[in-house]
Amino acid sequence: MDSIFNLFVRSIFIDNMIFAYFLGMCSFLAVSKTVKTSVGLGIAVTFVLIITAPINWFVDTYLLKEGALKWLGPDYADVDLSYLSFIIFIAVIAAMVQLVEMVVEKVSPPLYNALGIFLPLIAVNCAILGVALFVQEREYTNVGEVMAYSFGSGLGWFLAIVGFAAIREKIKYSNIPAPLRGLGIAFITTGLMAIAFMSFMGIKI
Amino acid sequence: MSNFKLLKAPFNMENPITVQVLGICSALAVTVQIKPAIVMALSVTVVTAFSNLIISALRNTIPGRIRIIVQLVVIAALVIIVDQLLKAYVYDVSKKLSVFVGLIITNCILMGRLEAFAMANKPWPSFVDGIGNGLGYGLILVIVAFIRELLGSGSFFGHRIIPQWLYDAGYMDNGLMILPPMALITIGTIIWLQRSKNRDLIEK
Repeated sequence: MDSIFNLFVRSIFIDNMIFAYFLGMCSFLAVSKTVKTSVGLGIAVTFVLIITAPINWFVDTYLLKEGALKWLGPDYADVDLSYLSFIIFIAVIAAMVQLVEMVVEKVSPPLYNALGIFLPLIAVNCAILGVALFVQEREYTNVGEVMAYSFGSGLGWFLAIVGFAAIREKIKYSNIPAPLRGLGIAFITTGLMAIAFMSFMGIKI
Repeated sequence: MSNFKLLKAPFNMENPITVQVLGICSALAVTVQIKPAIVMALSVTVVTAFSNLIISALRNTIPGRIRIIVQLVVIAALVIIVDQLLKAYVYDVSKKLSVFVGLIITNCILMGRLEAFAMANKPWPSFVDGIGNGLGYGLILVIVAFIRELLGSGSFFGHRIIPQWLYDAGYMDNGLMILPPMALITIGTIIWLQRSKNRDLIEK
């Protein structure tokens, strides 16, 4: 249990999706104008991550990895389909996003109104595919670890975008050199936030 | 627009990273050294050019409602080819790029150019546009990687170029340049420089 909790904390603060790997930067910069919309997008990303990462992990472990098809019989024991993983992962993500959108629309219209516009954006958010690929590369061995990692990454992304949006709301009123306005200062602010997050490095629980 | 203009525009006035804000996601993490940055830039250029070409050739037959899925499939297939080639010929760089080759799929440059250009133009101009945008993206990548490698580890392409007497005189490599935050700040500074040269890019 100890290591799963550690993984969870690590993925929020130290291996933060935005500050350590720059994943999901496009939507991070585009949708962080106000705190309210960034909360919506942050929740949507976390939600989709918790669903897609374990599914992709199951697909990888039982279908794609070298020797993963052993359960079909000994003939399949040395089949290696891992070169297909990119296309399968992105297909799973796109399909799940679509499915989540339909389910949320049916089950909870208020939630749909809050998240609806963000869901199509998420299919091409690098953070989602990034987590799936990191899970594959780091060879997590059980679904608990994958859940902890994906939830933590989502939460880390959420924290990053909400914090950034809050800073950006204040930046609007400051006097910035003209060529730095907008994108330039956004990058530098993110960089400074990343330096702040580096202070979590080395924490072990 | 002439083909030459299409090729040239992404280098400055329509740069994918600093002006269109596309494809930052997987770009920054590969800029610690020049070599991976160049490999990454070439991979993205190849994928952008050919996905633009293919989608543009198919643009009249793709139903509008499922175009995103079609685009993703084309991109993913191309990225798989690139990934396999990298693994076969430059294995060490491919290991260093790790998941970021796969992340070319969700690189916003691809979807952005497909939606904005290839869906509305003939195959040849789309191909040129893809090459231009890939190289414009690569240019920023290489500049950032050059600055980070020079200041961070005092080397260029893995060869030490800062002379020993400078170290003896008390110069030190800036370890912070190798860490992720400095990639962001370096790009921020590049944007600043570019916009102070081209004042019509300034946001109000």
